[in-house]
Amino acid sequence: MKKSVFSICGMCSVRCPIRVEVEDGIVKWIEGNPHDPGMAGRLCAKGSAGLAMEYDYERPQQPLIRKGKRGGGEWEKASWDEALDYISGKLKPIIDEFGGKAVALSDRGGPFRDIHRSFLRAIGSPNYYNHDCTCARNVQHAAISVFGSGRKTFNYDFKNCKHLVLYGRNVFESLRVKAANTIMELLDRGGKLTYIDVRASGTAMKATRFWMVRPGTDYALDLGIIHAVLRDKLYDAEFVNQWVVGLKELESFVAPYTPEWASKETGIASEEIVAFAHEISQDKPAVIFHPGWMLARYKDSFYSSRTSYILNALMGSFETPGGLFFQKGPGDAGKKGLNTLMGTIPKPKDKRVDGCGWKYKHFESGPGLLHLLYPAILGEDPYPVKAYIAFRHDPLLSLPDPEAQKKALDKLDLIVSIDSNYSETGWFADVLLPSATYLEKSSIIRTGKGLKPQFDIRRQAIEPRNEAKPDWWIFKQLAERLGVGEYFKFKDMEEFWKFQLEGTGVTLADFDKKGFVSLADKQIWWDRMKDLKFKTPSKKIEFVSSLLEENGIPSFKTYESPKKPSNGTFRLAFGRSPVHTHGQTQNNPVLHEIMPENSLWINAAEAAKLGISNGDRVTVTSSDGSHSGTIQASVTEFIHPEVVFMVHGFGRKIPWQTRGYNKGLGDYRFETGLLDVFDPVGGANALMECFVNVEKAD
Amino acid sequence: MSKYYIYQDVKRCIGCFSCESHCKTKNSLPIGPRFCQIISVGPKLVNNLPRIANIFMPCFQCENPWCVAACPTGAMQKRPKDGIVFVDQALCVGCKSCITACPWGTPQWNPETGKAIKCDYCMDRLDQGLKPACVTKCITQCLHFGDASEKTKTARERFARAISEL
Repeated sequence: MKKSVFSICGMCSVRCPIRVEVEDGIVKWIEGNPHDPGMAGRLCAKGSAGLAMEYDYERPQQPLIRKGKRGGGEWEKASWDEALDYISGKLKPIIDEFGGKAVALSDRGGPFRDIHRSFLRAIGSPNYYNHDCTCARNVQHAAISVFGSGRKTFNYDFKNCKHLVLYGRNVFESLRVKAANTIMELLDRGGKLTYIDVRASGTAMKATRFWMVRPGTDYALDLGIIHAVLRDKLYDAEFVNQWVVGLKELESFVAPYTPEWASKETGIASEEIVAFAHEISQDKPAVIFHPGWMLARYKDSFYSSRTSYILNALMGSFETPGGLFFQKGPGDAGKKGLNTLMGTIPKPKDKRVDGCGWKYKHFESGPGLLHLLYPAILGEDPYPVKAYIAFRHDPLLSLPDPEAQKKALDKLDLIVSIDSNYSETGWFADVLLPSATYLEKSSIIRTGKGLKPQFDIRRQAIEPRNEAKPDWWIFKQLAERLGVGEYFKFKDMEEFWKFQLEGTGVTLADFDKKGFVSLADKQIWWDRMKDLKFKTPSKKIEFVSSLLEENGIPSFKTYESPKKPSNGTFRLAFGRSPVHTHGQTQNNPVLHEIMPENSLWINAAEAAKLGISNGDRVTVTSSDGSHSGTIQASVTEFIHPEVVFMVHGFGRKIPWQTRGYNKGLGDYRFETGLLDVFDPVGGANALMECFVNVEKAD
Repeated sequence: MSKYYIYQDVKRCIGCFSCESHCKTKNSLPIGPRFCQIISVGPKLVNNLPRIANIFMPCFQCENPWCVAACPTGAMQKRPKDGIVFVDQALCVGCKSCITACPWGTPQWNPETGKAIKCDYCMDRLDQGLKPACVTKCITQCLHFGDASEKTKTARERFARAISEL
């Protein structure tokens, strides 16, 4: 029997709408949802390789309970009852003695969080985390400091943009199908793409301007551009007068940061900086300075993101075609939003263990900062944490220094990993629960904000293979075992969907035709001179931030020049390939075949000094000498001499993943001593404060 | 007559390798054989900008295919109605003559069956009125499928637009 199912991809965190064809219970074909004009059937390599993931046996198949020491790789198969009883048997005494707050959970963010966050809330823990300290936290906090609300307040109208500026935002390799397409349309129409990075990524190959900057100098470049924009009066005065507070302060702050000064820091000629400022001003307001996404890189990344937002404001590029537009929700379309389970459960009274929102008032409390959980575990300050649940999250592979992390994690009484893939964290856990893949489960209805807000749905395409269970079922079972089952009365996803939709005027049947329900007939645009909704205390775009100033943090930070590595040492940069999702797909049969391992990009002149030729094996050693490994060198002119680069996620150490095992090297293992190094204002880890030694291998 | 052609608009190709994944999964290929492949050459500086050539290599479905001529059993054959070259798996003896003969390395070896296999433009999909998997799901729509005589138009139109801007 054949059927067609509308769903949402789960191969990466973009979560594209898909259509799945199933024949006799087997997935035969996955494509982008043809009813979504941005997808129209298109899909990335990872999206199609969902099929290979689904039918691969090298992923968790039944609950496992650890035997022997943590990370030793000795496991005992367990039934679901045994595994869930084991977990609740450990959690109960912890909660009784230390309170629910002694349990922490982390995930990878996104729109499907209501049920597991409700579980955490129901047991009384405020200690929810996501992956964002190694992702967009600096951008999030930069947005809050300028607009009073987070980075997702806005989306980008790439299609109508005339000049797009990207600071290492590698749009053609860190892929979003819809964005990649619309940026291609921008280029087709003759639009400009300025790409700034320490290396020529796949995006540089399509750029109309490529600036290879000295690593760690994005902030300097922005200051130089702002100086030129203000000096030569290149900004949108009407927009700035209406919406901006703090222009004068900005002007006096950037006075010493001339394009000539920026040139010395970045390596980009000052005439080019000035010419760029004039050129982009011609195209305003249809221009976008992308504020960055994965910006857990330097200790001043917050300020480089913040100045990018400031440049957008100077260009007046808000709520205008080709600029940044406010994402509209159901309320903006005159509709009621979805009901949430979290809304039915009282908020925990305890403060977050990581201090976010109270000790550190400039850090959003929502997902906290996971790197601050480790010192809290070790120091039991301000209270003990005894258990940790990693749900689809692999901090040992994404946060720096896995060995340092293990020292803290090993103090816990319980570590649980819930995932549909093996993860380095799962391998170190006490219990490993196989969660159903995105093809095997239904998820809660998602609200898609945008110019035309919508609801969309992930419907189960096939039955779980092996003994995997959907995550909603796992958390409901745990809640029942811990005596808080009263909040989890729904018997299945269909019942939950009905609860979500109650009062919205939308019914489940409305999703049948296309997989989504649009909440507006046409795009919603606000009057950009009258109706913009900034959530700052001043209701304006705050160049001088009341939030920062109240907390004794400068709105504009004095620039500090990044450290220059000495002979034979390099700053270690990392990034994405278009065929792998961070560290999740290295063992996927199809994706592994396309890219089985990573290599080390090294500047040709530097390589020559070290006697390294293209294709040689080289030894990379961490700055403290505790970790080293060999890898193939890719010698190229297209990387800055101060830096070496590898694609993230390789060097896997789980023997059950036979294809990915020990292939290439993992950047995270070289980031020794960096677990507690972070941007003090943005909060995210400073992963590129990592230096390694490189030499030709024997 | 060889009718079809897959035109790659290299200006739109971002080297995302999705065509390879679409192909492998649609054709349930084991690890090893690849019906199509993106070969990246470069990068090098072109007008002072880094540029890479990502060249898409499917089967070209030749009018006079080397592989068909070389096949001793008649397994490798041309479909009369549209000229698609395919392997009848029942007749293939795994001699690899086609792999030797093809100048472009198109026929592939299936280690699981010990037979030759190759890109047939997803002819089962064509027969249902659909396009090949690689074209259908290409992210930037840089792959175009259709009649060879029509496909030169895209390149000419782009060129005309470019020179008219001067």
